[in-house]
This record gives sequence, structure tokens and C-alpha cells, in this order.
Amino acid sequence: MSRLLPFFAFVLLAALLGFGIWWNSAHDPTAVPSPLINKPAPAFALPMLDEPAKTVSKDSMLGKPYLVNVFASWCVACGEEHPVLMAESKNFGVPVIGYDYKDDPNDAKAWLAQHGNPYDMVIADINGHTAIDFGVYGAPETFLIDGKGVIRYKRIGPLTPEVIAQQLKPAIEKLQKEAP
Amino acid sequence: MTPELGQLALILALFLALAQSVLPLIGAWRGNRALMAVARPAATGQAVFVALAFAILVTAFLRFDFSVQYVADNSNLQLPWYYRIAAVWGAHEGSMLLWVLILNVWTVALTLFSRRMPDAFLARVLAVLGIISTGFLCFILFTSNPFARLLPMPPDGADLNPVLQDPGMTFHPPVLYMGYVGFSVAFAFSIAALLGGSMEQAWVRWARPWTNAAWGFLSCGIVAGSWWAYAELGWGGWWFWDPVENASFMPWLVGVALIHAQAVTEKRGSLRAWTILLSLFAFSLSLLGTFLVRSGILTSVHAFASDPRRGTFILCFLAVVVGGSLLLYALRAPKVAGGKAFALVSRESAILIGNLMFTVAAAMVMLGTLFPLLGDALNLGKISVGPPYFGLLFPLLMLPVVLLLPFGPYLRWGNSEAPVLKQVLVRAGISAIACAVIAAFLVQGQLKAIAGVASAVWVGVGVVLYILKRWREMPSGRRYPAEMAGMLLAHFGVAVFLIGVLLSESLSVTRDVRLSPGQVATIGGYEFRFDGVTQATGPNWTAQQGVVTVTRNGSPVAVMHPQKRTYTREQVQTTSAIDPGITRDIYVALGEPMDPTHIEGAWALRLYTKPFVRWIWGGGLFMMLGGFVSAADRRFRVKRDVEVASTVTVKLQESQA
Repeated sequence: MSRLLPFFAFVLLAALLGFGIWWNSAHDPTAVPSPLINKPAPAFALPMLDEPAKTVSKDSMLGKPYLVNVFASWCVACGEEHPVLMAESKNFGVPVIGYDYKDDPNDAKAWLAQHGNPYDMVIADINGHTAIDFGVYGAPETFLIDGKGVIRYKRIGPLTPEVIAQQLKPAIEKLQKEAP
Repeated sequence: MTPELGQLALILALFLALAQSVLPLIGAWRGNRALMAVARPAATGQAVFVALAFAILVTAFLRFDFSVQYVADNSNLQLPWYYRIAAVWGAHEGSMLLWVLILNVWTVALTLFSRRMPDAFLARVLAVLGIISTGFLCFILFTSNPFARLLPMPPDGADLNPVLQDPGMTFHPPVLYMGYVGFSVAFAFSIAALLGGSMEQAWVRWARPWTNAAWGFLSCGIVAGSWWAYAELGWGGWWFWDPVENASFMPWLVGVALIHAQAVTEKRGSLRAWTILLSLFAFSLSLLGTFLVRSGILTSVHAFASDPRRGTFILCFLAVVVGGSLLLYALRAPKVAGGKAFALVSRESAILIGNLMFTVAAAMVMLGTLFPLLGDALNLGKISVGPPYFGLLFPLLMLPVVLLLPFGPYLRWGNSEAPVLKQVLVRAGISAIACAVIAAFLVQGQLKAIAGVASAVWVGVGVVLYILKRWREMPSGRRYPAEMAGMLLAHFGVAVFLIGVLLSESLSVTRDVRLSPGQVATIGGYEFRFDGVTQATGPNWTAQQGVVTVTRNGSPVAVMHPQKRTYTREQVQTTSAIDPGITRDIYVALGEPMDPTHIEGAWALRLYTKPFVRWIWGGGLFMMLGGFVSAADRRFRVKRDVEVASTVTVKLQESQA
């Protein structure tokens, strides 16, 4: 019987490794659970990219849900994400705010002009100070904020059609059901 | 067209591997010599085709054939030729091909050096190796084809990860794999012994040189990896308890236990089942390491792209090979404890204690490595254990080993008398205490450093005393057979390693400083003057290169050039400057300019002095040497007379028939 012990130990180990594979395909292994989920979004007031005189603030956006998509003209992964946003952004049913992160406004404008603008409006965080409050690791990142200004969903890394279909759209639908 | 030939070669190799796994097994079972004889040519043929595939991939890199996806992903026109060759194993697909190639190198070496083994035994050994090879060839062909095309062909490729563009990285993976994969030989011997039911001691003697050589390669590979991390990652550490490092360290630890257990089984016939189990463990841990690195289920600094299909494949393969072999062990392992009895004070007991410590250490490392996974499984959230866990438990487990080590050679098999041990205890003990007292004054009472000196002297004096004893007592020519010389070298390596680890860990000085050109910082008795930043260019990078002049009491020591390189694809990589020395390394890494628009202004720099850090790798190299030297012992080699005698009998029988 004791001769079988190594075998049983291995069975347990294999089960754990199998679980690891399953867990990783179901979850993003690099996802650190964001402490911001279900917490109020930080207060922000940032100028619009096109009209720096006008600012958009958290208070001005209260009332209905919206998406914030962090991007930058220098960000390679944003270039990968961009065509996906171009195709999908009108289908979300909520406004999409482009959050231009640590970028020269002229570069950002040129980038949007060249690749197309999927956003309903674009705000510019030139020095990246507000992004610290949002806990932005890097671009691209996407936040779903509800009508009360609470962060409900966060994606680190590019949105892909799979992520949109499996995570983002269900999260938006859930919000829309909650709202009367 | 050529890349497709590479794929074809792999397919042919797969068929030969299948033949090599199945036919000799049937032959050995049925006693059919013709089927057993298939093993050797099939193994050689397989090796030829795998080598061909590998050569084709190397050629594709050398010729910039960017129509091959793997080449386009990992090299570009600016990459120098030596890194284009290293790029072959710079990512997943190619490194799996290297894995199989090295398995074939071991297999062919075995066919060349095993002509004296009984046919049935060798047939089984080669069949087991064939099964392993079959698994990995399938893995390459079905999930990780390095020859996949990329159309249309891009004009230029991406780049080899700049972290890998380092001389250490060109030979670290091949050597490491030589070690990893080398344990497959001991594994195959054990399986063959279990299958054949022949538990005589002979097979352990045949297996020993292979185990020792594999372990030597593994030591060398780990040393190279540690050196690379130290030189290239830029934070001056030499070991991070990273999952990928642990993956190579676990088989190494079990390998230490195995080498000693094999010696007991070969010489005394005891611990037979344990030796078999350890050889199964050593190779299983190699496979597990491959799984951990390739499946991406653990994140690490060596992060490779993860693909659940790959993970699933290797897990199934693991289940077949490891699960199958452990089941076989449960069914066929010798039921009765055999061999000669031994007393409490004997070499066997000491080796058993060492074995226990090394096996538990390997289990401890495995638990720590898999901890994040356990955390997910038990829903405890993202947790992982790091250096505090390993740094506490590992020294605790190794303490008894270090304490027992000097006695090892003095202990006799079976039963040992106490007086000779008392002599060692007194001599090595007094030397250790004396040196510790002297050290205490030199290092201002740093406990870790004192422990380092004491333990190293304890082990070192123990080994040297034994060398002297052999010199006095044995006739010349019989003083140090290779097996013993290897043991002494490796044990001496432990002393060197202890000095390196404990002194460098306790006495290193690190300072982050901000220096304007002309300013001086003083650490560890050295003055570092920053002389500004210039531009430097290499074959495929441009760099901002700091100039730091190091002096000691005003006399020049070194001029150092830490760099911040920008590679062709905009990846930035810091390259530290190291001034090596036997008693200390000086290490400078260039940080960021204080004001990015004024690179002629002040910069952040990180300065280190690291006493005795080089002894860490020196110790590892002694251990490697020990493995190789003892593998070369004549006793393990051909017994010509026996072989000649048996062929004569066969010929006689033939002529009579």
C-alpha cells in the first residue's frame, strides 16, 4: 500500500496542475483584482482634447453609465485595440470617453485623425496625474462607470472581440437592467 | 521550401521514435532479438532527423528567412549572427526542439557506450527514451511547430528579447537542458529494471556515470543562469526563487539525493526501492519544470506566452509518463528490503539523513512554487510566497547537511567507529571556531558573515583533512580514484559556495545615488566618480553610456561603463558594468537622467560592492566538476573481459549449432 503513496501524491499534484490550466483559461493570469471595483470612481476634471478650455468632470457625467478607455498615441497595444473599438464602440449602448494618457495633444489628434475616432468625446490627461487616482498601470485600460459614478468593471490591456462579448457587454447589460 | 523539409524531418523522426518505443519493448518481452535490435538503429536514425530539423531552423535564422513565423518573431536584420543562433532557443518552439535534440544526444551517447549491457535491458532503456521522445515530438508537431510559415513575408523581423541578448544566454539553455534531460537516462534505467524485474545491483552501476554527468551539466546550467540574472537583470541579485529557477533547482536537489543513494545501492545493495523512486522523481521534476515553464500557469520574470492547449498536452504527457512510472513502481518495486544491514553510525545513515534533507528541500521548493496555484484552488486569493519563505526554510534544511558533510568520507559502510570521527570533529571544529573569531573582528560582528566563514572552514577543513589522510595512508596511484576525487571536489565546492553566499549576502553594500558629472560617492571603501554620459553604439543598439571612475584611497581601480541600451525595436535594456574580482565585485547600473531633457546633467545611479559574490558560482563550478570527474571513473566503464568472454561463448554456441 505504501508503495502507492508516490502515485497518489502525483494524482493530487496533477489535479492541482489541471486546475491551474482551467483557472488560467477562465481567468486572466495577470489580472490583479482591482481594489477600485464597486468603489466610487475618483473625482476628475480634465480638459477635452479638442477644446482644452472645456473640462469634463466626474460630476458632469453622473446620471448614466459610460465607458472610459485609456489610450495614447505612443501605445503599441492601443493600435491593436483600435480597430476593435472602431467596430464596436457604437454598439455598446453607452457613451465611450477616450482618455488620452501622458500624450502630446498634437500627437493624439494626429493619431485619431489617421486611424479614426471611435470616441464620443476625448479628454486629455497630459501629465498623467489623474491616472494615478484611477490606478492606471499603462495604456490601454478600460473602465465601466455607472450612473452613480461607481466603477463596475475594469479591463487591463487591449479589448478584444472575445473580451467584449464575454465580459464587457454582459457587464453593460447588467447595468442597464439595474437602472430603471 | 526548406522549412517544410524541417517539418518533414520531424515527422520522420516521430515515426522512428514510435518504432524505437514499441518494437524493442515487445522484443524484450518475447525474447525476440530481431525486434530488440531495432532500438539502436531507430534511435540513431531519429537523432539524424532531429538534428537535420534543428540545422534547418538554424539555417533559417542565419539566412533571415522571415517567411518562417518563428524566425520573424525572434530576429531581425540587425541581430548579429551569434545571437541569431541563440535565438533558435530564445522562445518556446525552438527551445522544445532543442529539448528533443538533446534527448537524442543522450540516447545516441547511450547506444555508443552501452555495448556491454544485456540486450533486453538496453532494448527497454532505449524504448523508454523513445516514448519520451515520441511525446515531445508530438508536442512540437501538434502544438508548437517552429517551421510554421508567415505569409506574406515581412521585410524585417521583430527582435529577440533584449534580455536574452547576452553571452550567458547563448549557452545557458543548452547546458541546462543537458542536465534536465540527462536525468531521463537514470529514469529509463529504473523503468527498465522495474520492467525486467531484475534487481541486481549491476544496473545501478551502469546508471551512475549518467546520473553524475547529467547532474554536472545541471549544476553548470544553473550557475550560468544565475550569472546571467546577476549580470543582465541589473539589480545585482543572483537567485530570485522565481518559478523558472525553482523548476531547475528541484531536479538538482533530488539529483544530489539520487547520486548518493545510487552509491549506497551499488556498493551495499540497500535502499534499492528508494534509489528507483528517486530516479523517477528526478526526471519527473524535470518534466514538471518543463510543464511549469511552458504552460504559463505560473507567472514569472521568464514569462513565456501561455497557450492552454500546450499546458493540457504536457499535463496529459506528464500523467502518462510520471503516473505510469509511479504505478509501475508500486507494482514492481522490490518488496523486501535487501542489502547489507547498517548500524546507526555508518555512512549509510549519514547518506540517508542527507537524502531526507534534500528530498524535503525539493518538496519545500515545490510547495512554495505552486503556492499561488494552491491559493487560487482554495480560494484564498492571489498569494505567493517569496524569498522570506525560501530564505528561512532552505538554510534550516541544509544546516544538518553542512554539519554532517565533513564526516561523510570518514564514515565506513555498515558500521563506523567513533574515535576517527571525534578527531575530525575536534580539528575541523577548532579551525572553524578560530576562523569565526578572527572573522568576527573583521566584519564588525555580522552574524551571517561569521556563520559563513565558520561553516565554510568546517566543511573545507573536513575535506582537506581527508585528502591529506588519503595521501598519507594510500599507495600512490590508488589515492584518489575518479569517483572519490569527484566527491571531494563537489564537497569542497560546498565550502566555496557557503563563503560566497553568506559573505556576499551580509557584506554587500548598495546605494542609490544621484550624481552630477564630477561628483563622487563613496561606498564600501571605494570612491565612484561620475564622469557624465556619452553615446555608444553596438550592432543592433544605441546606448547612453555612463562613465564611472572607481578609485580606492585615490589609486585607480577601474573605469566602468554602465549602459542603457535601446534596441532596434525600441526595447530599452540596462546593461550593468561589473568589475570582477576574487574578493569583491564592483557593480554599477545606470538609472534615469534627473531631467530627461538634460542628459548632460545629473543621473540616478545604483552602486554596489559585493564581496566574494563570485565564490557562489565558483562553488557551483566545483560541484559541476565533481559530477563530471566522478562520472569518468574507470570502474563504471566497460569490463572488456566479461564482454569478450560472452561474445566468445555466443560464437562457440553458434559454431556448435
